[in-house]
Order: sequence, then structure tokens, then C-alpha cells
Amino acid sequence: MNFMDSKQPESGLLGPESDSQRTLYPYVTGTSVVALKYKDGILMAADMGGSYGSTLRYKSVERMKPIGKHSLLGASGEISDFQEILRFLDELILYDNMWDDGNSLGPKEVHNYLTRVMYNRRNKFNPLWNSLVLGGVKNGQKYLGTVSMIGVNFEDNHVATGFGNHLARPILRQEWHENLSFEDGVKLLEKCMRVLLYRDRSAVNKLQIAKITEEGMTISQPYSLKTHWELSAFQNPTQGAVGSW
Amino acid sequence: MFRNQYDTDVTTWSPAGRLFQVEYAMEAVKQGSAAIGLRSKTHVVLGCVNKANSELSSHQKKIFKVDDHIGVAIAGLTADGRVLSRYMRNECINYSFTYESPLPVGRLVVQLADKAQNSVLYENELTFKAVVLETLIDQVCTQRSWKRPYGVGLLVAGLDESGAHLYYNCPSGNYFEYQAFAIGSRSQAAKTYLERRFENFKDSSRDDLVKDALMAIRETLQGETFKSSICTVAVVGVGEPFHVLDQNTVQQMIDAFDIVGEQEDPAAEPDTDAGQDAAVEPGAAADQGGSTDEGVAPMDI
Repeated sequence: MNFMDSKQPESGLLGPESDSQRTLYPYVTGTSVVALKYKDGILMAADMGGSYGSTLRYKSVERMKPIGKHSLLGASGEISDFQEILRFLDELILYDNMWDDGNSLGPKEVHNYLTRVMYNRRNKFNPLWNSLVLGGVKNGQKYLGTVSMIGVNFEDNHVATGFGNHLARPILRQEWHENLSFEDGVKLLEKCMRVLLYRDRSAVNKLQIAKITEEGMTISQPYSLKTHWELSAFQNPTQGAVGSW
Repeated sequence: MFRNQYDTDVTTWSPAGRLFQVEYAMEAVKQGSAAIGLRSKTHVVLGCVNKANSELSSHQKKIFKVDDHIGVAIAGLTADGRVLSRYMRNECINYSFTYESPLPVGRLVVQLADKAQNSVLYENELTFKAVVLETLIDQVCTQRSWKRPYGVGLLVAGLDESGAHLYYNCPSGNYFEYQAFAIGSRSQAAKTYLERRFENFKDSSRDDLVKDALMAIRETLQGETFKSSICTVAVVGVGEPFHVLDQNTVQQMIDAFDIVGEQEDPAAEPDTDAGQDAAVEPGAAADQGGSTDEGVAPMDI
């Protein structure tokens, strides 16, 4: 496999930063992705913001994409790196289909492939600046996992990236159960997304929810959540937070 | 002075449109001691006859485990067989490193066939092919300096998400999927046995499959007593990773099925004679090659 980037300067180790072809920091980033297993498959949610530093620069970035027939990929972090990953996966799935032999890569295979790509790039000190969530269903088997920028990966019944790890997963730990219906699953995700919207400054109120089951996958049209900012906790947010302004 | 002008290297065609080196390589497969394979919906069984080179030596291993879900039985040049099974092991291990799942058998077989083909192709074509197939084949083993076909036939048994499979890969780079097949010396007798019975194999139990394997192996013997020491049997199937059955188990099965040594009926022999003639006398093989093994079918290129 060839995910090598174009010529790297030989000066490498000691060269000034301006010579470097590596990603040193992300430019346009997306924030959290939240996903969970439910009765029939996987549900995933992500907003559509693209931040340029702390500026909310783009408002319609699709951060969840179908991969082959059985998998769904959500990404936070550098948007252009996500697009590159999508190119790798497009090629991967294309070559897989070209065998035309009835075998196909399932979510587990794609997840492991991503793990290898991410870890390989971090070993080149040129990471793909993303946290990825991969969900899917194949042969009645639900699969949900995540990979970080440096290749750390695991599977779980519910996962989240970035701020979602701090704000959404405690809610999921409390409320998730094996037999969530589709409606309850969506409600739970919306609850998480609302909390993120309130407390994560890079979140925007325009999100999509994606569903993948044995029958196939759908990614919803963008929509907004109802918010209520008049809660007393929001009135004077720094009260009691010593040292804050 | 020369019996055959067209058989000195792999890249020269005869005016009749044949590649003699390739045909000789396939002849090498027929010289090797027999290997057989058969499958049901859930299991594949491989078997082979172990022939020692001399009274003083042990026999060579003819069945190799490639991965938990794939194994091969070989007939022909054992050395080539080992090179190819090492390649297959490599491919399997690389695939499970990248995808954490077993390599589909059909794909491995195609890669193996491409590799056999690579050792046959003309050098220019070979480098071209190498570029085209870069993503498909591990280049470590590509045959660059020793241009000759592999002199080995492989029965590849495996299990993947589409079920149990049995393939035959031959030196010409062709491959075929089979319900049951036999290769090597006196394999025609085993083939005849398998052809008579293969329609029942689909729903056979594992043990019945092993029994049929033993019966087919016995068909290839010439006058020897059939005992576990002269054969190896291996199984792969649902819930059963590829493994070679140990000798005691095989002996017990031979005893239990009571398939010990009736003498071989001489009808099975013409096949062998024809095969050996061809080997001793390549020119002759060229002349009769087509007719020698009519009906043995898929071996022609």
C-alpha cells in the first residue's frame, strides 16, 4: 500500500520548521462525533461546523460518510486529512469490489485498516490529524470502534471523540442500554449533542444523524436542535469559578 | 541432433503454439507422489501419499498449514512447494495484520496463480506485470533471475465467509475450483473413485469425508499395504482450524473403516506408464502430449 506523501526534504531532523512537509497543527477542524449501538445497528451524530482556528469558518461540512456497503465513518479534527482518508478508503473499497468474488470488507476490517494507517503515519511523524469513529453492521454483527490520531483504538457500545469524550460519554454510560429503540437512540444522541452545543464553543447548531443497519445506511438531512439559553446556570456562567473571567 | 528446438526456455513458443517448458513442469506434478482433496459444504480434507526416497531416508512433508483457515497439499518438486507455501503464509499474515481477518481463499489462489504466471512470463513482460500488480503481489518473491515455471501442483483447501473451498493451482498459472480432485502419480485411480462419489460429498459429515479421502488415497497405492505411516491426512472446516491428523487417529480410522489393503487392480496402471514415458522421453511427450491424458481435462493450458 502506498500512502506515502510526496518528496520530503532531506534536511529532516534539524531543518527549520518552514522546510517541514509534515502536519504540525490542524487548520480547519470539525469537533465531536458521538455514536452508539442500538437495537438494529449503529447511530452516529456529528455537527457540520468547520472551524478555522477558533473561527467558525464553515457551516456545512459533512463529517460522516459511508464506506462500502457495511460501514460508516465519522471524523473530527483536520477536515482535509479526513478527505485524504476518504480517498484511501475509496481506493480500498474499489479494489475490494474488483475482486468480485462475494467477499467484502466489513466494519471490523475497515476499522483495523484505519488503525494501521493512523499508526503508520504517526510513526512517520506525520500524523493524520483526526479522531475517527467507525460503525457498521455485517452478517448481523454490530461493530463500533474508534481510532485516534496516533493510532490508539478500541471498540465499545458507545464512543465519542474530542469534547464528546468528556461531555457525552458520561451521559451515555448512564443511559445507554443494549435494547435502545431507534427513537430512543436518536433522543439520547440529541441529548448529547445539545450538551455539546451548550458547552463546546466549536459546536454549531446544525447536525446530521446517520443510521446503519443490516438493510443499509441513511444520513439525515441537516437540522437544528431546540435550545433554551435562559437556564439559570447560563445566566452568570463564571459565578463560583474562581480565576475565570 | 536436437530432438526439440523449442523446449530450451520458457519464452519460446513451438510452431504448434505450445510452451514445452510449461508442459514439462506439469509433467513434474504427475511424477510426484499423489495428493488428493475433497470438500463438503463445511469441511475440506486433504490427503497425500508419503514416499521415501530410499529405504534409509524419511519421506518429505507434502501437506503444509498456511494459516488457521488454509492449508495446501503438494505434488511435484517439494522445494518449489515450500517456496510457494512460504509465500502464502506471508500473504495470510500480512492480510490479518492489516484487516485482522482471514484472507479469502479465492484471493490467495489468484495471487498464487499470478505468481506462477510471473515465473513463466518473458522478462520484459515480467517487469511490466510487476508494476501493474504492485498492489496485489508481494514483490519479495517475484521470480527475476531464475526463470522457469514452478514444478509443483498445489491443492489449496480453505474456509472463508463464502464457505469451504478446494482449488488446484498448476505450474502454468491456471487454477480451478473443485469439489474433489487428485494430483500426482496414479492420481487417475483416485480421480475415478472421487468422480464416482463426489455428488454425495456436499452433505457429507466430516468423518465420512475423511473416510473418502482415505479410500481415494488407497486407490493410488500400488500393491502396498495401506497403513497410516504411508499417508498424511489434514482437515479444515467450520469450528476446526486446519490441522494434520495424527498418525494414530488415521490408523484407527483405517482399522475402523476396514479399508486395509486389497491389492490394486491393474486397470489403474496405464496412467502411470504413460506419465513415466513422457518423463523419460520429452520428445515423445511433445508428440503425444495431447493424447496421453485425454479426459484428465483441466490440466491443459
